[in-house]
Amino acid sequence: MTAAVETIRDAPFTIGGRTFHSRLMVGTGKYRDNETMVRAIEASGAEIVTVAVRRVDLDRTREAGILYHLDPKKYFLLANTAGCHTAEDAVRYARLAREGGGFNEFIKLEVIGDQETLLPDVQGLLAAARTLAKDGFQVLAYTNEDLVTALRLEDAGCAAVMPLASPIGSGLGLLNPYGVRTIKHRLKVPVVVDAGVGTASDACVTMEQGVDGILMNTALAAARDPVAMAHAMRLAVEAGRVAYLAGRMPKREVAVPSSPLEGMLD
Amino acid sequence: MNDTIDVTVNGERRAVARGATLLELLRTLELDPRVVVVEHNRAIVRRPKLGDVTVAPGDAIELVHFVGGG
Repeated sequence: MTAAVETIRDAPFTIGGRTFHSRLMVGTGKYRDNETMVRAIEASGAEIVTVAVRRVDLDRTREAGILYHLDPKKYFLLANTAGCHTAEDAVRYARLAREGGGFNEFIKLEVIGDQETLLPDVQGLLAAARTLAKDGFQVLAYTNEDLVTALRLEDAGCAAVMPLASPIGSGLGLLNPYGVRTIKHRLKVPVVVDAGVGTASDACVTMEQGVDGILMNTALAAARDPVAMAHAMRLAVEAGRVAYLAGRMPKREVAVPSSPLEGMLD
Repeated sequence: MNDTIDVTVNGERRAVARGATLLELLRTLELDPRVVVVEHNRAIVRRPKLGDVTVAPGDAIELVHFVGGG
């Protein structure tokens, strides 16, 4: 945090027994080139960086793996199960990811239920979360804004619950602040908003709900200048967090003057 | 006797030397075993064991790694 906010004492951001300084987590997909990705991640200040598990291209026509560009000693790599549509597939991908470099036991769990909206299949998600948590994984579960699903994910042993702001890659911002706020109020595990943030104001409003962090990818990768947007997001996440801790003024339907009414000239 | 066998690697049929281990398969494909995870007939084979597992005709082998994703 910057010097200006040292009067605010924030609790550490801890997930699955590990403590992080940045509340902004970023993805590595869809960048136009790896150099831009690396610079954007640097500018975001993120420590947790997500990656996907895919087949090696035996013909080498595509880019080599992401580990050639990101130093696992510098970043905490969080593998995802993106693209999985069943609990069984998600568990398979998670286990492959755990072997993928022996970095950590964290997994960002996605079980997609609908291809058009990429909304989660909550039954598959819960089944996979239970299996993986029993298997020693620290599960960060991508879910919708449904409170009961979030509570069940916590019961299943998830290390964090990650409701969406709006659909993956949509950039529509926080569509249901009440839903996200309610989940944050009721859960003991960290709540990280994952997906849908489009620009800095979205990130700020999301953090003002009191959630523990935000995970984003497309908002950076698809910005005209991903490095500048990453910097903006870093500031917005900090600003929103500090504003939440500072406690906003109550809203009123009437104007209240800021200057004294006394001492006016006749 | 033919000195190659057919296996499926990442969904594609490939001829590999009879008696080849998974480690030798990776070398043939010029893949670094440190950044590739090997699944052999749906079971993950850890890096130190790659040289111990011999491929058999019809085996299904998946070679995966980390790519960009959100």
